[in-house]
Amino acid sequence: MEERPENAVDTFEKMSLELKEDSLKITESTLRDLPDPSAAAAELEQQRLLFSPPADTTVNEELEETALSNVNKTAFYLEEAGVGLSRQEMQKIFLALRQLVEQEKPQQCRLWGKILGTESNYIVAETPHEEEVEQELSTEEQTEEEMENVDEEKDPLPRSVYTRPPVAPKEAAGTGANKFVYYVCNKPGQAWVRLPSVSPAQIAVARQINRFFTGRLDSVVLSYPPFPGNEANYLRAQIARISAGTQISPFDFYQLIEKESDEENEALLNNYEINADFEGISASEMVKDMANWVHHAYHILPQGRCTWVNLAANLDTEEEDEEANEPEPEVGPPILTAVSHDAEMFDCPPWSSWLSSTLTPHYALAVLRSVLWPGAYACAHAKEFVNIYIGRGLKCVGEEYSPPLPPPPQEEYPIGSEVTEELDPQVEEEQALSLEGQQEASEGTVESEEDDEDEDDD
Amino acid sequence: MDADLLTYSLNFVTGQGGAYSTEKIIALKTSFEILKQKYKFQRVLLWGKIMAMKNIYYIAQGRGQDELADRKYLYSFDCMNWFLLPSITDSMIQQVAANARGPFRGEPSFVYPARTRHGDEDKGAGLVATEEMRLAVTVKQIDEEVSVVPRGAFIKTGDLVQLNRSFGGLSKAEGKSLDNYMHFREPKSIKKEGVQKRGDWCPSFDFLDVLSDDVPKGSWSLQWESDDKVYILSSLLWLGLAFYHVPTTPHHGYIYFGDGQKNVHLAHMI
Repeated sequence: MEERPENAVDTFEKMSLELKEDSLKITESTLRDLPDPSAAAAELEQQRLLFSPPADTTVNEELEETALSNVNKTAFYLEEAGVGLSRQEMQKIFLALRQLVEQEKPQQCRLWGKILGTESNYIVAETPHEEEVEQELSTEEQTEEEMENVDEEKDPLPRSVYTRPPVAPKEAAGTGANKFVYYVCNKPGQAWVRLPSVSPAQIAVARQINRFFTGRLDSVVLSYPPFPGNEANYLRAQIARISAGTQISPFDFYQLIEKESDEENEALLNNYEINADFEGISASEMVKDMANWVHHAYHILPQGRCTWVNLAANLDTEEEDEEANEPEPEVGPPILTAVSHDAEMFDCPPWSSWLSSTLTPHYALAVLRSVLWPGAYACAHAKEFVNIYIGRGLKCVGEEYSPPLPPPPQEEYPIGSEVTEELDPQVEEEQALSLEGQQEASEGTVESEEDDEDEDDD
Repeated sequence: MDADLLTYSLNFVTGQGGAYSTEKIIALKTSFEILKQKYKFQRVLLWGKIMAMKNIYYIAQGRGQDELADRKYLYSFDCMNWFLLPSITDSMIQQVAANARGPFRGEPSFVYPARTRHGDEDKGAGLVATEEMRLAVTVKQIDEEVSVVPRGAFIKTGDLVQLNRSFGGLSKAEGKSLDNYMHFREPKSIKKEGVQKRGDWCPSFDFLDVLSDDVPKGSWSLQWESDDKVYILSSLLWLGLAFYHVPTTPHHGYIYFGDGQKNVHLAHMI
């Protein structure tokens, strides 16, 4: 409009033509993108493998028992109880457990539960321990105190008198807290990772800390007291604690195995087996009376193990007061103790119960929920029961919890007269001291030490 | 969580542990319709359940004309017979804060024993906290602190906050950032400048507080469920609150499943 060309209409027509041509131009370049194998494609492949047919395609004519527990049945019970995961998720987990059974071939395999983390979650499967050499997956701390090179002649450096307190040994695989082996994965379809066995030190520290799980097995657990291990160890310790506190079954479902009384082996734990004559208890009874439920997991003692070990006996002490320092053996409730004996916390019973359906009570399940470990549930119906944990993996600590404080800084050296700075004596004091020395010397006592001191005090 | 899409939406959030048996779902669907007619609600939402010692409280929320301001809460034990929760007053909050401790008991008429503290005897005399009051205050508090909606799901026209009928959902990339999720409560944040710097800031969408302003920073856990193609946000401050959103669709909702106690130790745990 500023230029005022003569053929305004022609120019306008040209511009309009160019505009229309632009919209018809092919903008693709001759370079073609390669398909990007993204993480999503890899994940889809994993999911597809879940559905692959079983390796052993021979159809069993007889109804043999399989190692895989019926997760579908578990899913049904949990849904009726109003807890648990969606049916589709449980079905996927079922297929993933099937993969685990095919890979590891355990005697039994049970879904233990799901632990939620901040970045991703863990699905946990429980299998009884098999007789095989266990591979240590976690790094054990091996630190030896190094002997310092000392000038033995003059001025020896102060020797540290700190002796590391004896560490309780891990329980043997297949007993106590290590009775079961746990496998975890983040999502059904991913490879199952075997968790290392748990040590008493890890349980002891896990009892004092309260940290969320992140979802990565190798992440560091930042806490005070420092946790001996990474998240895989922390997860295993929490699983051990949760199992010890919340694995319950109807009374008389399991019975103790009679063992020969052996005085030396008092420390051995009683074993239990399924009671073939179990009759089943009605759901309403199970809901009302907590004595109808018993713990079938071993209680973990304050030491961090299920059987107590006398650490003082291992030390070669020559002290005479060995007997006075003898620690008292720790005792916990024996296996198959009734749930009604569980201690109350926060003025509330530790378990809360309800019937799954009030409208059709005849077929209802009895459901128990743990208040101490939010997320632990047990359901029972007729002759069957289910235990599951779905939660964050943390105990209810109450409002008055505060994390333990670090100890005061250690002393670098013993405070004594050799290292404390003293004021040099005043002239008058020195004179008074030397006067005394002369007096005593004149009295006949040899006070050569004082003279030496005076000389050394320069 | 909308009553009409209950079965569909519950599928997503049960990953956090709270399931509903089929019996409860059909009871909810029926009773919500009854509630809609009785109380003249526009929508009835399932808010969640609070596990008490002896019972389970099922909580529902009815919304009126203004989605933010007209909210009423109801509770039930069997998902069929609903009772209105009392509306909150400041004195009620004080009484509950002073006295209610420990898990929920399960009886709405339970009176919490008064806690006597030094210097508080004059003020404390006569203040009682019943479980019903505690329930009302807790539910309101959870909504205040950890309710979540995606950005754009609600619009503010004039003074009215309403559902945005043309909400297409967040895209998959948008859903990854906590900037695109907001608290569904009266906005408290004074930091308006950060929000206004957004390229696509719009006063009718951005009238709520954004989740990324929450302290402490790690108090939300955002996970992507690739089977269901859904984002799940779970709160670490009130353990048990789960929010889901399917990207590029308008489906979203949040539900609570827990024991109704705030996680006051959050700062130590992250």
